[in-house]
Amino acid sequence: MAEGMVTIYVMGKQYEVPSDLTIMKAMEYAGYRFVRGCGCRGAFCGACGTVYRTKDDYRLRVGLACQEMVQDGMYLTEIPFFPGNKANYDIDELEPTSETVLKLYPEVYRCLSCNTCTKACPQDIEVMEYIQAALRGDIAKAADLSFDCLLCGLCASRCPSEIVQYNVALLCRRLYASKIAPKAEHLAKRVKEVEKGKFDKDVEKLMKMKQKDIAGLYNNRDMEPRD
Amino acid sequence: MYTPALLELIKRVEATRQERLHQEFPLLSAEDKQTLLEGYHPDYKSEIFRELRVGPSKGQRTPMVYADVLEAYSAIDPAKFDLSKVDYDVDVLVVGGGGAGASAALVANEAGASVLLVTKLRLGDSNTVMAQGGIQGADKANDSPSIHYLDVMGGGHYKNDPELVRALVMDAPDVLAWLERLGVMFDKEADGTMITIHGGGTSRKRMHAARDYTGGEIMKTLKDEVLNKEIPVVEFASVYELLTEGRKVTGAVLYNMETEEYEVVRAKTVILATGGGGRLHVMGFPTSNHYGATADGLVLGYRAGAPLLYMDTIQYHPTGAAYPEQILGQLVTEKVRSIGGQITNIDGDRFVYELETRDVEAAAIIRECSGRKKGIVTPSGQDAVWLDTPIIETKLGEGAIKARVPAMYRQYQRFGIDMAEHPILIYPTQHYQNGGLKINEACETKVKNLYAAGEVSGGVHGTNRLMGNSLLDVVVFGKRAGEAAAERAREIKRPGKLSLKHLDAFHAELKAARIRKKGLSPMLLPDYRREGATNRKVDALV
Repeated sequence: MAEGMVTIYVMGKQYEVPSDLTIMKAMEYAGYRFVRGCGCRGAFCGACGTVYRTKDDYRLRVGLACQEMVQDGMYLTEIPFFPGNKANYDIDELEPTSETVLKLYPEVYRCLSCNTCTKACPQDIEVMEYIQAALRGDIAKAADLSFDCLLCGLCASRCPSEIVQYNVALLCRRLYASKIAPKAEHLAKRVKEVEKGKFDKDVEKLMKMKQKDIAGLYNNRDMEPRD
Repeated sequence: MYTPALLELIKRVEATRQERLHQEFPLLSAEDKQTLLEGYHPDYKSEIFRELRVGPSKGQRTPMVYADVLEAYSAIDPAKFDLSKVDYDVDVLVVGGGGAGASAALVANEAGASVLLVTKLRLGDSNTVMAQGGIQGADKANDSPSIHYLDVMGGGHYKNDPELVRALVMDAPDVLAWLERLGVMFDKEADGTMITIHGGGTSRKRMHAARDYTGGEIMKTLKDEVLNKEIPVVEFASVYELLTEGRKVTGAVLYNMETEEYEVVRAKTVILATGGGGRLHVMGFPTSNHYGATADGLVLGYRAGAPLLYMDTIQYHPTGAAYPEQILGQLVTEKVRSIGGQITNIDGDRFVYELETRDVEAAAIIRECSGRKKGIVTPSGQDAVWLDTPIIETKLGEGAIKARVPAMYRQYQRFGIDMAEHPILIYPTQHYQNGGLKINEACETKVKNLYAAGEVSGGVHGTNRLMGNSLLDVVVFGKRAGEAAAERAREIKRPGKLSLKHLDAFHAELKAARIRKKGLSPMLLPDYRREGATNRKVDALV
């Protein structure tokens, strides 16, 4: 094999690719053009969840194809879609309690605390911990712990209890932010002020200004200190 | 992992850190900014532009890569195309599944319209999901929509459409309240006060964040809501062409990205919310954009007769990752500078205030490398400067980076770099298309019943957008488009005719201008296969 190259197996098929590529770029190098399994290419969208094994190791490992580097002997497949259950709800009508979570996602009861979900998370989220928090009704904790979730679905793909963790997490974050977190009162006040037309005249005045005049205002505007 | 040579260079940044800690760095004067931009910003490089030869904005200066897709032929031959079977019949067709598309779909649905949302990837796959830094909105006591207005106009070099800017800043508080009610987890103080910080070009701290997954958090919430409302969504379906009757839009041709079949949508109104074109790679710049950012909506709207605005102003985000190679071009959020990160050259010296507007900041970095030769060259030959991140922890305390920008921290950890310990290497990356389809404050394009919202539109941000105004833009104008399109759909009858006559006319114009068939457009997806990977491709499976 040429220097700097490694052998990988995409869905069982062998390719030689440069060793300094991510799985995604290695597949493109091999000649794959993605329709599914490729999104933001920067670990924000969760489109490219990937399961792999390395040579002589029985363990299943996971990662995002856009982030994970190829290794010699890697056997891999992307899981670009996972048929997870999603409950429908009207967020306005829900209470931020464990009853809500369990009514919408009763399978959360089935959690075995096996921690397989946590091991499967490419974002290093304590998945089982947030599921347990949701089960106890600690919605705030579930929301906090799950915050970095990308909805890639790898947790659900490995769960023996068929829980769809990422959707439970999304529900908890929405419950927390809309029901538990204190409201931004200054924001509500500002919305009313805008509605009453408090700023209409000021803005209209600026809209009518000549460029020279508005530039003068801009260049001399006072700046709130950075720190 | 840094190479020994880079680790050696890092010592120079460390050596100046204490001295820089309380250093005040002046903002550039208006004249100095202009000189800098003219000397070093890619928008001023005449060789990468050409004038459009056809279409409603004929004569407009446009980057070559954009002109190529705008002046290309469609894969559809109108003479042979059968539109007799209508597969979907709706009031509002929303094209695009990002922040603007989802907002538009929700509002149009709420207004009672029948809505179909189509997206060529998955619902939520967009640049919205990648926006880390924040969303602007003047909701603090020391701030007001008029102060926000002034920042937007100055940042956009006064080229902005005043009506659109008014809509942006006046709708902002309501949009933030809407997102708060939907359950977006904004960063807040214990009493509910929004935690707000500065962004480049802001005169008040009005950047709201959800850690450094602001766009992701907004997108996940909007997506969940679209699904909860059971709005029909077709994924992996591109709009390949609009349908028209005279000067009105009456629907679209959908292309199933997997089965390669087409379907026909009849729609009273169409909203283009397709985003930008970072994947066209102006001047070969790396991009921070999503895989699907191929300017499709511009092409569709342009062929149907909608004029463009400011296509010659592309935003290069000043801080794209320059090292390691695997994340080249990916964004290092502006928030890293907002919370105290400093930019230095190879000697560890600052050369620009960190929160200048993005165009100025990017030009200063390019000048430091190519003009003053004070940059760092990475092992792969990429120009770069340092972004001193450990200084954030010196200022804000240990753990500040992981707490404030966890996505960034994790990104670098994956490649063996601890940004709390070592500075990182950055260089400008193609980030945003400031221009686009010209719209009014109801998101109407010049073509009847065709709307546009978000990055595909132009005019809101003038010739340079400020950080945090894009997430705001997509929700403000997404909502406005949804509302206006739904209202229009109530007023008009179901379209009688579906035709491709506009495409015939456009093809005729291309021929008259002696433009040959080269690539087809819209592009739909970029092709990143190894060069030569398709040399031996055969179409054997017929």
